[in-house]
Amino acid sequence: MSATKTVRSFFLIELIKGFALTFSYMFKKSVTINYPFEKGPISPRFRGEHALRRYANGEERCIACKLCEAICPAQAITIEAEPREDGSRRTTRYDIDMTKCIYCGLCQEACPVDAIVEGPNFEYATETHEELLYDKERLLANGDRWEAQIAATLEADKKYR
Amino acid sequence: MLDWFLHIPAVAAFLKEFPFVAVYIVPVAWIIVKILALVVPLLVIMAYLTYAERKVLGAIQLRQGPMMVGPYGLLQAFADGIKLFSKETIIPTGADKTLFIIAPMITFALSLVAWAVIPVGKGLVLANINVGMLYIFAISSLGVYGIIVAGWASNSRYAFLGGMRSAAQMISYEVSMGFVIVAVMLATGSLNMTDIVTVHRPWWVSVLLFPMFVIYVISALAETNRAPFDLPEGESELVGGYNVEYSAMTFALFFLGEYLNMILLSGTATILFLGGWLPPFGLHALAFVPGVMWFTLKVCFILFIFLWARGTLPRYRYDQLMRLGWKVFLPFTLVWVVIVAGTLLYNHALPGM
Repeated sequence: MSATKTVRSFFLIELIKGFALTFSYMFKKSVTINYPFEKGPISPRFRGEHALRRYANGEERCIACKLCEAICPAQAITIEAEPREDGSRRTTRYDIDMTKCIYCGLCQEACPVDAIVEGPNFEYATETHEELLYDKERLLANGDRWEAQIAATLEADKKYR
Repeated sequence: MLDWFLHIPAVAAFLKEFPFVAVYIVPVAWIIVKILALVVPLLVIMAYLTYAERKVLGAIQLRQGPMMVGPYGLLQAFADGIKLFSKETIIPTGADKTLFIIAPMITFALSLVAWAVIPVGKGLVLANINVGMLYIFAISSLGVYGIIVAGWASNSRYAFLGGMRSAAQMISYEVSMGFVIVAVMLATGSLNMTDIVTVHRPWWVSVLLFPMFVIYVISALAETNRAPFDLPEGESELVGGYNVEYSAMTFALFFLGEYLNMILLSGTATILFLGGWLPPFGLHALAFVPGVMWFTLKVCFILFIFLWARGTLPRYRYDQLMRLGWKVFLPFTLVWVVIVAGTLLYNHALPGM
């Protein structure tokens, strides 16, 4: 050990420097936010909870083409479909197992009519497994609830698609 | 204070009627009141020390710390307490049940017992005994038993390793701590905690004792198993060390004991080096602030250093810890005791000369 190094360690120079540094950090602004009360910004491409959208006149967008079911790598989507009274083809069953879903977003990429989308909501934790097995009714309700934000994010991301 | 109560005519008449009460019950009750007056604030300070620790660490790491329970998370400590109270105490099948239960009690009781001789203000001490410092040293040495018994009784390898490490570490650092205390004793000529505070020290004695203060604080970190010497608990290597098998109230007692020990060693450092309840730097103009206040502030300052160190330093390796204790602190304190003694003798400043 050289003489300067001995002196430095004897007078705890490095220690004092380190302590001064951490002390100065105490007065910096914290980088965390007070989560449930404040929330961070999320990207328009954020892939959160699924929703089935409707047209402005209330007609559901989904035409039961089953492209989402086909592309889903986790096979989380189950669709059954038959013609409705008015002759249009609609789903009778549209289930997503949210515990199988890997949130890859391929379903919304595949959808030709922008019916199935992954919205901005990520706060839907439940206490039981069954509550996360979404059916068509639940997905349409999500769509109604989040339509404003979903429309805005789709609009914001449109030019990159 | 008690005399005022005893001289109320009704009380005096009652006590004359029942001498048994006057001789036995009243003194015992008075002692209990004094003990509670010390222990209850202590436990509240301890609760807020855990809160302060999380806030200080949070600030250093650019986080916010607890924010949810009460305004600014101020009630977090009590929420934790209620959680620990209401959980189940799990006793492992292979554990030695009696020792397993006794160990946390030993740790907690010992960390409270030592407070009997700490003067928190002028004349505010439970037992003003002549060998106060020796008593504190004895009690803090006994603290090893709680930890090593816990490590042994848990019948778990992690707990056992933690207990062994802790015992070796506490014994090692007690040696250099002993020499630090010897140096202070040389300067004050007394083991009585009150005398240590009140005895006059020339300014150069404080300068001479400053390196000892630094060593005392570092040893106190090791003695209480705090970061950077927290190997006995080493969350990342021993999954919690000696208290790994403990849950609920038994764990809470270890937790309480550990933090009370921190406060105790800060209190001791305050008395030995920072002038106890007296205003700092001999500023008599500040004497209008009550002594208890100064004592608390000084203790808080040292406790802040404890937390600050935890936010700054990474954990020591075990052999480095032993090297620091035996090869650096022990020789240094030994030499410094000789220097302190020699300087005092040369300047005719030894007490009693």
